[in-house]
Amino acid sequence: MEFKMKLTDEQLGILNGERGETLAKVMETLVRFGDVFGAEKLVPVTHKQGHLVTSFGIGLLKPLFRTMDELIAAGLKAEGGFTVDPRPIDYDNVKCNPLNKLVFSKIMYSRQADYEAQLAKVGLRDRDAFTCTCYLPETGNVPKKGDVLSWAESSAVVYANSVLGARCNRNSGMLDLFGSVVGFVPYFGLLTDEGRKASWKVYVKTSEKPEAQVLGSAIGMKVVEDVPYVYGLDKFLGSELTDDVTAYLKDFGAATASNGAVGLYHIDGLTPEAKEQGESLILDDAKTYVIDDAELERVYRSYPVMWKDPAAKAKLCFIGCPHLTYAQLVGWTKAIRAALSKAGRRKVALRTVLCTSPGVAKKFRATPMYKELTATGATLTSICPLMYTNNPLTKGTPIATNSNKLRTYSVARYYLDADMLRVIAGLEVK
Amino acid sequence: MKTFKGRVIAGGKWEGEAVVSRAGVNTLATFQKSAMANKPEVIVSDQNNPDIFGKNITGKALCLPVTIGSTTGGLVIQTVCSMKINPACFLFSQHIDSLAASGIVLAKVWEGSDVIAVDMLGDEFLATVKTGDRVRVDEDGTVTVL
Repeated sequence: MEFKMKLTDEQLGILNGERGETLAKVMETLVRFGDVFGAEKLVPVTHKQGHLVTSFGIGLLKPLFRTMDELIAAGLKAEGGFTVDPRPIDYDNVKCNPLNKLVFSKIMYSRQADYEAQLAKVGLRDRDAFTCTCYLPETGNVPKKGDVLSWAESSAVVYANSVLGARCNRNSGMLDLFGSVVGFVPYFGLLTDEGRKASWKVYVKTSEKPEAQVLGSAIGMKVVEDVPYVYGLDKFLGSELTDDVTAYLKDFGAATASNGAVGLYHIDGLTPEAKEQGESLILDDAKTYVIDDAELERVYRSYPVMWKDPAAKAKLCFIGCPHLTYAQLVGWTKAIRAALSKAGRRKVALRTVLCTSPGVAKKFRATPMYKELTATGATLTSICPLMYTNNPLTKGTPIATNSNKLRTYSVARYYLDADMLRVIAGLEVK
Repeated sequence: MKTFKGRVIAGGKWEGEAVVSRAGVNTLATFQKSAMANKPEVIVSDQNNPDIFGKNITGKALCLPVTIGSTTGGLVIQTVCSMKINPACFLFSQHIDSLAASGIVLAKVWEGSDVIAVDMLGDEFLATVKTGDRVRVDEDGTVTVL
């Protein structure tokens, strides 16, 4: 094959089949992909633990299963292991009617068990490694600043780049695994110093701390795939990456990545590179975007209601996309109980599902708060709500969420956190 | 007749009918229904894309700005190429996005697909070409709207 990037002797040897035909194809895929984006070389993956986006055994993706079999037959695996996005189904905690179950188990995710067995053979860390928030301590796939990653999952990539200062491009499924298997990734985009410079200056001038999911959405829709440097948020968040702040940035980043295609943001005075390098991260010709109360309101009001009957009452709500941190889970439990108490109710007014990682769920279930949560009728799961809403039969159900990512990829209706609590308590939302 | 010069992602010579999407093509939504039902041709199932909804795109030149949507996009392109129900050509007006690029590369390397992809054809290309036009693609990335 012809290629433009410079390869080391070791990489060239792999490409020429010295370590087997399958690994040569893995390398060829990465080289061809890198060439498309002008990568000058391949660089070693320094944080060996990968994170894969494809966690679901959707029957449609037959070549995925065949490729995995080929890797397994060749004895290839991700030497550092990997975590992976959440599982698609959990009938114990996210109940389905028989028809939905049939579609999920026999049609959509018919290969789930087979696929999980394949994942185990190519390096899946353990059975609790299924979450989109692999970087939280309870899951423990935490890169260091400057580490080069081979990850996918847009919300995890933007968090790793922005909050942890690691370096990772917005990879697609399969290429995430290939980089972990061969140990190299193409050097372009967010791996380079130049690619991490901001081409937008965003000024947050709101009167109160903005809702993370709406602020992220506004910025994502404006800058699309560019890097924003955000002023004014440190006024609300401070200058330290506390648990509350990182939870905020997790939700903010997921919205920038899904409502746009942001892979990295800098927060003035807060995120690691902004703290170290300040305004030298901003390109000379950077554009400007000012976000005040009116702009946030405009963005929020622009979200379409995609329910078949826009006037319907929600029947199901998902909270925790991306998966909730432990502190967020505790916070929602208290908030739901308080909202119900204020409304004179003991039980939630609609099916209420909170989503978190298996590690956080295990920790939370060991506390008395878990009983307090389930006493309200709410349930706790570790699935991906997006994969639930992928089922075409769910499109007829009015689903509510406080996740801008879930809103974007499904027909779920977005509610601000305070409004979400009113929905859960059976109250009208203005 | 108008000619545009793009960059070759996956080369080949081809002539046939264009199907044009002015908006980004959501890969999963576009291909899912036909691929899951094992149909011999892809009838676009994305109701949010009126430009191509309901149209047969198998063996055609799919003209588009970029692809959008879920990170499964690359795998979906690989899948339809393996089933040989893919568009013969993907003609991008913009720089190819990473999901489509991974799909085209996976299809070439792992499926031996003869799918053609050319990117950076420019906004004028997408403004010029219309669904039903005949287009010719040359090995060097030249695309002619006949």
